[in-house]
Amino acid sequence: MTAPLEAAEPAAAQAAGPGDERSTRRGTVRYALSKAGGALFSIAMVIVGTFFLFRMLPGDPVRSLAQGRNMTPAQLDLERSRLGLDKPLIEQFFQFVGDTLRLDLGMSYEYKRPVLDLIGERLGPTLLLAGTGLVIAVSLGIWQGTRAGWRSGSTFDRFSTGTSLLLWSVPTFWLGLLLMMVFGVGIGPIPGIFPFRGIESVDAPDGFAYVLDVASHMVLPCLTLVAVVYAQYLLVMRSSLLEEVSQDYVTVARAKGLRDDDVRRRHAVPNALLPTVTLVFMRVGFVVGGAVTVETIYTWPGLGQLFYEAISVPDFTLMQGTFLLITVAVIVMNTLADVVYHMLDPRVRSA
Amino acid sequence: MTTVAATRRRQALSRFWADFRTHRAGVAGMVVLVAAVVLALIAPLFIDESVTSVVDTTGDDFDAPSLAFPFGTDESGRSILLMVWWGSRTSLLIGFLAALLSIVIGMVVGIAAGHFRGWLGAVLMRVTDWFLVLPSLVTALVLAAILGGSTFTIIMAIGITTWPSTARLIRAQTLAVESRPYIERSKALGAGHWHITTRHVLPNVAPLLLASTTLEVASAIVTESTLAFLGASANKTSWGTMLRGSYDFGAANEGAWWYILIPGLAILAVVMAFTLVGRALEAVLNPRLRRGA
Repeated sequence: MTAPLEAAEPAAAQAAGPGDERSTRRGTVRYALSKAGGALFSIAMVIVGTFFLFRMLPGDPVRSLAQGRNMTPAQLDLERSRLGLDKPLIEQFFQFVGDTLRLDLGMSYEYKRPVLDLIGERLGPTLLLAGTGLVIAVSLGIWQGTRAGWRSGSTFDRFSTGTSLLLWSVPTFWLGLLLMMVFGVGIGPIPGIFPFRGIESVDAPDGFAYVLDVASHMVLPCLTLVAVVYAQYLLVMRSSLLEEVSQDYVTVARAKGLRDDDVRRRHAVPNALLPTVTLVFMRVGFVVGGAVTVETIYTWPGLGQLFYEAISVPDFTLMQGTFLLITVAVIVMNTLADVVYHMLDPRVRSA
Repeated sequence: MTTVAATRRRQALSRFWADFRTHRAGVAGMVVLVAAVVLALIAPLFIDESVTSVVDTTGDDFDAPSLAFPFGTDESGRSILLMVWWGSRTSLLIGFLAALLSIVIGMVVGIAAGHFRGWLGAVLMRVTDWFLVLPSLVTALVLAAILGGSTFTIIMAIGITTWPSTARLIRAQTLAVESRPYIERSKALGAGHWHITTRHVLPNVAPLLLASTTLEVASAIVTESTLAFLGASANKTSWGTMLRGSYDFGAANEGAWWYILIPGLAILAVVMAFTLVGRALEAVLNPRLRRGA
């Protein structure tokens, strides 16, 4: 979008000396602002889209909202006016937008509590699980991808690519079920090793023992999440390293007589890292999908499970709130990745 | 149809087949695929819907694999083997149709965004990017929950959330095709938008579409089973709903490993087969990946 504006800058900047630092920084700021504008627009579209999507509920919304509960017609009318559903659509729309902007996501039918409070409670466990999973998946993927790409065609490479393809094809929830069966419940004479329900034991101890308790509960969900998302990091790291290996500067580094390890660690890998790290943030939506599945299987009390509960009840206010929050979070992460990539990689900046 | 064009097409097809045959993994995937599709198609000749009925079952609950039930039974004594066989019809049908829907939307939007440069193209790309950032599984779940569970709504939910990547791919290819001189010649001869997009752009993007359709079917089958597992199903026996059953009825606690393993292996085999075929097709058809051409 901003490419034509910036195309002229690098040429001028290269000649200018001290001034170029400032002008590239200004370019970055302009880029960040335009991206932020795009993100705000996307978020606005999500809010508008959500409003109309949840008004598409078949039949009487109050009835579907109050599904399974006995209500007299008078109660239904009261409920309708409380929710503002007797007002014209346009008025409802502005009401919804105003409420959402003030972070008032409504009341959950199931829990009889504000949706925002519920989300706040569940945010911590999700961040813990997804964060730990991501850190492990990214480091493992980068490490294995580097080794595979540096010696492409080796046994290790073929093994890595093969397992990644396999893991890529495995449905997350099935892998979770298998791991739960093998390591959680245990098969035949072999007992289960790890707990597989919830985040803590019923009689959870205090202090450091509590940390250990939570950690042991986290093993299986984390393992499932890692297995599913790490394959793509591996494949991207491998292919971007393969691209760097054929570059001139790597040949130069070799010609200087640097050790193979140094060429890899100091020259090739830092350049190959960029696309991989960007991918981590770009595909955050994929991780969210994985988290919903994993949290459901292991009844991990996080956002994903909250969303799943909202779907299965169904509790539409809660569903709407969690959907909004997850989507907005993903959009923000994507935008950040875009801007950070732009700042870090001069090749993109001048392109 | 003039014979020149027909001969050329036949030659291209046989060259394509010769290329494809060199990819052993792709051929293996193709064999598995054809077998799965044929089995799903001929299933009604041997069994019918009654294999999924819980009323008159012959086996015990959670029976281990035996001669009568090669893959054991589920919580109501139904044969896992027959259910997987019957369920393949739903899984494959939803997979194919959802992929088709996703590809058709992606193709139309992609070609339009590449062909019409002005504001229309910009708006289409904006919309595509917007759909691309939405977390697809979460959106599909919401769609399925709102529209209610039926085969049609599940197909819609998957199709609507997965088309953007195809649209981007097709747009890039359209741009590349339209920058060639023969498009200019065609325009000079008075060709309209419809003629250029259907006669020149479409045949050029078709091979890529074929490859991405294959990959799309694989991911649609996984998505369908995940949606079914998370409770958004078409109320018909599919591999996803079977796994849901195994979770709900505690197959892991009962030690009924076959109940969890078999439907999952069926998904894995079909998805791997589609992925292998798709990758082989990509290698054969994508000029940028083709070596020495």
